[in-house]
Amino acid sequence: MTQAAPQASTTKAKTRKLPLKERYALLTRDLDWEPSYVGREQLFPYTSYEGIKVHDWDGWQDPFRLTVDAYYKYQAEKDKRLYAVLDSFAQSQGHLSLSDASYLNAIKLFIQGVTPLEYAAHRHFAYLARYLEGPAPRFAALCQSVDELRHCQTQIHTISNYNKYYGGFHSWSKMHDRVWYLSVPKSLFDDAMSAGPFEFLISISFSFEYLLTNLLFVPFMSGASFNGDMPTMSFGFSAQSDESRHMTLGLEAIKFLLEQDEANVPIIQGWIDKWFWRAYRMSALVAGMMDYMLPKPVMSWKEAFELYFEDQMLGGLFPDLDFYGITPPRHVEDAIAEKDHLSHQVYKILHNFSFAAAFTTQTPSEEHSRWLAAQYPATYERLYKPVWDKHARAEAAGGRIFFQGLPQLCQVCQIPMAFTEPDDPGRISFRRSQYRGETFHTCSNGCQWVFEREPEKYVQAWLPVHQIYQGHCGGATVPEVLRWYGIQDGDNGEYKGSPDARSWAQWHAAAPAQGV
Amino acid sequence: MSERNGMTGTLRQVGIDLQDAEENRGLVDAIKADNPELTIRHLPGLLKLQAAGRLVINRATVEQKLGREWDTGEFQLAIVSYAGNFSEWDDDQIIVSWEH
Repeated sequence: MTQAAPQASTTKAKTRKLPLKERYALLTRDLDWEPSYVGREQLFPYTSYEGIKVHDWDGWQDPFRLTVDAYYKYQAEKDKRLYAVLDSFAQSQGHLSLSDASYLNAIKLFIQGVTPLEYAAHRHFAYLARYLEGPAPRFAALCQSVDELRHCQTQIHTISNYNKYYGGFHSWSKMHDRVWYLSVPKSLFDDAMSAGPFEFLISISFSFEYLLTNLLFVPFMSGASFNGDMPTMSFGFSAQSDESRHMTLGLEAIKFLLEQDEANVPIIQGWIDKWFWRAYRMSALVAGMMDYMLPKPVMSWKEAFELYFEDQMLGGLFPDLDFYGITPPRHVEDAIAEKDHLSHQVYKILHNFSFAAAFTTQTPSEEHSRWLAAQYPATYERLYKPVWDKHARAEAAGGRIFFQGLPQLCQVCQIPMAFTEPDDPGRISFRRSQYRGETFHTCSNGCQWVFEREPEKYVQAWLPVHQIYQGHCGGATVPEVLRWYGIQDGDNGEYKGSPDARSWAQWHAAAPAQGV
Repeated sequence: MSERNGMTGTLRQVGIDLQDAEENRGLVDAIKADNPELTIRHLPGLLKLQAAGRLVINRATVEQKLGREWDTGEFQLAIVSYAGNFSEWDDDQIIVSWEH
């Protein structure tokens, strides 16, 4: 009886419109045409120089079978749901119900570091939507281009509400182009956008979107949910629903290219090796955020890495790719070896240099420290808690330790050279390479390998510390550089006693008084 | 369907992450009904559904749980992330699995 009803609706639905597969074929491949007055090479000039061979572009299948009518219908619905949340949050003074104002440091990092990447992705997918040869990947790239623009706009819109009340949100676009820690994500995307179209697909669509997106985005969104930030959670999940489609594009791209020609396999393996490490290194900033910036932490970096990367990707995806002769990324064992260390080492950098950042940092509270100890039983109390205890003692005496001077940056990932050797947490990992008679420094086996593979590319890196020393960043003193960065007094430094902390205390102290 | 062990020694799971929202209850109930081996993990704002090797969503079951017509395209409104490969997505069914 209960089984009968849906069966009836099946036949009803079928008579109403064309089946999905047919609709998809009609609205993508069947809308394509053969050029008549220019040659194919003129029309698609960029798809041969990387050495990738494609014999049949029609072999590309979008598993979502997304058509333009369905795309706009569902995207409109997603935006409608999101804007309903934004309105009610703003109208109800929702920012006052966050777990703590210090939570917003994670969101400052997000809008400064990630939102501009969405815009960059929008631009580059528009380019792929024009220049890929097959109609199916062109349409998928077009949808993704529009998605990325939507993400950028909805993030700006969502976060603009916080800009009315808190510091650090005002000049993110300028900061993305100038500030030292933001050169980490910016240079990664510049690296991808200056590569060929196929390498871009493997870098952003596969390595970034499929391999690591869960580590990069889902922690921000679950963190937002747990810390009372409804709007960020909503835009995050709204964006992630598109992200699933982007993951599919990445997976389809890699399978398609591997199936087209055996000669593609070593080229793609090289890109996976490079881009896993590049994207993984950038995710170090997310690791620091997850473990130290959320007043109510959700999941440790280590646990997320094990769940999303080791189990799902190494355990699930790579055995699938083994069929094509693809092996897990080079240097993955170094990433696994440092999962107990990464977030602590990164947050130490941020904590030491936050006088020059557009967010604030603080020494973990005793309660937070207990959580860290429980998450990292092998390393935290032995190696990292003593550092925080030292900071706490200095702060109890009225001080605050900041690092004086500028750090050396890795030539590839651009993170200060503060990571330790995979097998020795007491020794800084420091690699040297020679190129055209000059010495270049990298932070890890992975970054050194990436450098030596294409030194002519990475010697051109815009390294923020070098740029300061060369006099390109507003002057030689900290206040001059901060002015050039667009950082205003109070955006930076220690959280305790900051304008955000003071406003927060004032708003919350005022509330009970009204009831009396 | 191969279920080889991965590098970490765990069973090859496929999974989908869905927004933990009222409008997705029927969908989650349907997935539970059609995938008896399913494990569900709650994270803030998120439901993490995992199954060994293969996970199926049947339109008929979702419609039965929701009590209304449901288009498989609507799944796009619920999904946050996934692990696996969409090996089938048509008017009646969505299947996530590993292929090789």
